[in-house]
Amino acid sequence: MSNLTDLTMAEARDGLRAKDFSAVDLTKAHLEAIEGAGALNCFVTNTPDLALERAAQSDNRIGSGESGSMEGMPIAVKDLFCTRDVQTTASSHILQGFTPTYESTVSQNLIDDGAIMLGKTNLDEFAMGSSNETSYFEPVVNPWRREGDDTPLVPGGSSGGSSASVAARLCVGATGTDTGGSIRQPAAFTGIVGVKPTYGRCSRWGIVAFASSLDQAGPMTRTVRDAAIMLGSMASYDPKDSTSIDRDVPNYEAELGKDVRGLKIGIPTEYRVDGMDPEIEKLWSSGADWLRDAGAEIVDISLPHTKYALPAYYIIAPAEASSNLARYDGVKYGLRVSESDDDITELYEKTRAEGFGTEVKRRVLIGTYVLSAGYYDAYYIKAQKVRSLIAQDFTNVFDKVDAILTPTTPSAAFGIGDRTDDPISMYLNDVFTVTVNLAGLPGISIPAGLDANGLPLGLQLIGRAFDEQTLFRLGSVVEQAAAFKASPVNWWSAAS
Amino acid sequence: MSNMQERRGQVIQGVTGDWEVVVGLEVHAQVASNAKLFSGAPTTFGAGPNENVSLVDAAMPGMLPVINQFCVEQAIRTGLGINAKINLKSVFDRKNYFYPDLPAGYQISQYKDPIVGEGVVTVDLADGQSVDIGIERLHLEQDAGKSTHEGDHSLVDLNRAGVALMEIVSKPDIRSSEEAAAYLQKLRAILRYLGTCDGNMEEGSLRADVNVSVRKSGDPFGTRCEIKNVNSIRFVAAAIDYEARRQVDLIEDGGEVDQETRLFDPNTGKTRTMRSKEDAHDYRYFPDPDLLPLEFDQSVVDEIARNLPELPDQKKARFIEELGLSAYDAGVLVSEKETADFFEEAAAGRDPKIVANWTTGELFAALNKSGQSLSDCNVSAKQLGALIDLIADDTISGRIAKDVFEIMFEKGGNPAEIVEERGLKQVTDTSEIEAIVDQVIANNPDKAAEVKTKPKAIGWFVGQVMQASGGKANPKAVNEILKRKLES
Repeated sequence: MSNLTDLTMAEARDGLRAKDFSAVDLTKAHLEAIEGAGALNCFVTNTPDLALERAAQSDNRIGSGESGSMEGMPIAVKDLFCTRDVQTTASSHILQGFTPTYESTVSQNLIDDGAIMLGKTNLDEFAMGSSNETSYFEPVVNPWRREGDDTPLVPGGSSGGSSASVAARLCVGATGTDTGGSIRQPAAFTGIVGVKPTYGRCSRWGIVAFASSLDQAGPMTRTVRDAAIMLGSMASYDPKDSTSIDRDVPNYEAELGKDVRGLKIGIPTEYRVDGMDPEIEKLWSSGADWLRDAGAEIVDISLPHTKYALPAYYIIAPAEASSNLARYDGVKYGLRVSESDDDITELYEKTRAEGFGTEVKRRVLIGTYVLSAGYYDAYYIKAQKVRSLIAQDFTNVFDKVDAILTPTTPSAAFGIGDRTDDPISMYLNDVFTVTVNLAGLPGISIPAGLDANGLPLGLQLIGRAFDEQTLFRLGSVVEQAAAFKASPVNWWSAAS
Repeated sequence: MSNMQERRGQVIQGVTGDWEVVVGLEVHAQVASNAKLFSGAPTTFGAGPNENVSLVDAAMPGMLPVINQFCVEQAIRTGLGINAKINLKSVFDRKNYFYPDLPAGYQISQYKDPIVGEGVVTVDLADGQSVDIGIERLHLEQDAGKSTHEGDHSLVDLNRAGVALMEIVSKPDIRSSEEAAAYLQKLRAILRYLGTCDGNMEEGSLRADVNVSVRKSGDPFGTRCEIKNVNSIRFVAAAIDYEARRQVDLIEDGGEVDQETRLFDPNTGKTRTMRSKEDAHDYRYFPDPDLLPLEFDQSVVDEIARNLPELPDQKKARFIEELGLSAYDAGVLVSEKETADFFEEAAAGRDPKIVANWTTGELFAALNKSGQSLSDCNVSAKQLGALIDLIADDTISGRIAKDVFEIMFEKGGNPAEIVEERGLKQVTDTSEIEAIVDQVIANNPDKAAEVKTKPKAIGWFVGQVMQASGGKANPKAVNEILKRKLES
């Protein structure tokens, strides 16, 4: 049964239905894989006992014909989702030891549909990062390596533990969250599929907030079909989230294989940035060719305000974060650092100085600055205006096209430590993904090829608000045409 | 502004001349609702520490606010009650500051776009003048929790955290401590009529921040000081009097008023510095990304307007026009909803003027003397009505009625039963009265003769007869019999 971990979600679902194996078998196989993957550092918290207990219940449901859409699926949950009675840290020292009494709506939806949580995955602290190196619990290591080179690479971020665990076959899928690219960029870096749904499609209730107007949960899987299955479970209208939208969740899986003839695909001029990696550029035109071959029409489009997206993002997201993170003050829960004779201000200062890492502090400071009296109009208000213009750019082109094709990232995965000294070069990772968050649109990253070093590269499709269906339909075409079958060579079992 | 020209504001006499007082009030009124503004937690007063706290109120990670629609309706209702513009679109902002009783590190409030815009409250003053006080805005916001400091540690109670408040901001239209008190009283009455706030200042349901400045007549506004969290109408007036005098003295001594936040100490009657302008927080307001702008249709406002109860000004007008009360009596009766309700119940089917006289006369005097409020006094509206009925149908005289009222007020009880038990029924039997009259005339022949030339002297006989009857004789019958016997 050693090959159970190679099954996709759809294959595992078929196997469970056919009673080829049980949910307990499937869970055990993945738990063993996790045990052998310590070198990847994917998990902050492992929950094997809980997983086996839920797997047994899952087998009972399968036996009585009550299977849910995620029945028996061993998944990993980003440690930004609050999970009842299971430590939830956001990979921050300040929340170390915090155990919620409640379950996030998204993880509850997955539980309700039969999914089995194997553990909580590592991430950039409070989801602030693009490499998983800002985690208090040490970086995650990408299961992929350059050919003939054992330099440890980043798995992307912030959902780096999720991306690495899916790529390394430690789970059939994982939850991620995406504020500026935190699902799509790590998906591209690890050769998997990642979906950032429309803002309001998945409930934010119970997810530790980074930037409330941008955060959105989504699935990370090895195939487009699996992403469709998993998003169908994660998405819901939630009255507990005022920004959740009351719309039926379509059958995303049913979109796969549907005709794409006549669909118009936009290629945005502004994404052809200076000094673009020729391999990325080549992959991008291959993507356009694949879609054209399938009968779609390729159209050149312009999204003129794209170049302002990154600066606007790095004002709005820190502004919201500076306020969202004010609650971590050492008074109510999590870390408290104080001497007996400290006053309340000293307690705040010491707790936050010790509890937050450098990147989180940087963003809290930026956010506090841009909201300050005298700077608010020049930064925050201006960034909001840019945000409206970017959204308007998309509205304009979606009159003419049905989806937009871009690269997911400007490069393949880089070495751990390569960019930690230069925050700006780190922020540039998000250049192709942040616009989607600013406009609240859905985006999907699909593994589309390998670079000269044998590292995976991803293509991104961007859709109209609440038109994830078209993305799954087109994504499936790209997936088939790319015929991406590569998987990382397992070096970590021996290393662990 | 009506009557602004003739209006006599409070004058502070300084050595350099007369100074005018300028006041604006920011009133925090707790919305009467069962649940908090953004969480389902209950708002019941007097619960044990931290019993009324949800995950949202405690700002647990990942928790999100959801607006309580009832609180929104209450704010609209209040906006209509103060004749204000209702904004169909408003925005909730975060006001950021650190304090242990503010678990999220920010208060959700409304900054640039409040739910209610400009309005006006008409205030009656003791001298019969009425002045219009402009309303700048009304917005919804969360209350904070309560910190208690005990020795080397502090305790936090989050029961109040997240409770809905309406902040009602007046324009700087108030010119005296009397006007401030009258405005606050009127505002409280409106809130109580509307049922949008219980107006209970002792429980903290209504508190005021008082902005005070002084200027020479005709000058631009002076620098203001804000006196925070004053929790009684009397203290508001006292704080203004003290603060205005302090500012005048300061300026006349060559000093300058610093824009600062001050506290009023009820024990000393003085204000003192709480926070200087330099220490003022930068609240870093920005729209709360967890909440969409608050939007509703005009039809929602219209529906609430249709179901608005009669408000003090309307009630006063009706009392004057339909019940024939004097403006003064009508004003006094409507000033508290409780009083107006009492009066209307007592006046139902009776002569309203007589009921008004009894209410503002005997009843108010007794309440003032005993320090009781209407709700805890022994006399119910029905009982006062029944007492007045006993006068109307000649069962007792007005004078006896006052004695009966005193008994009702002191000990409680039904007027008819009190009259019966104590044998206070009026004597209407003319033969019985005649006998007394004859006796009094017989005893005072000289006085009887005097009546022939001085008809007014008959009043003396009325008094004597009433006294001899123990007050029970029907005064009308006494008069008639005396006239017949003495004037013929």
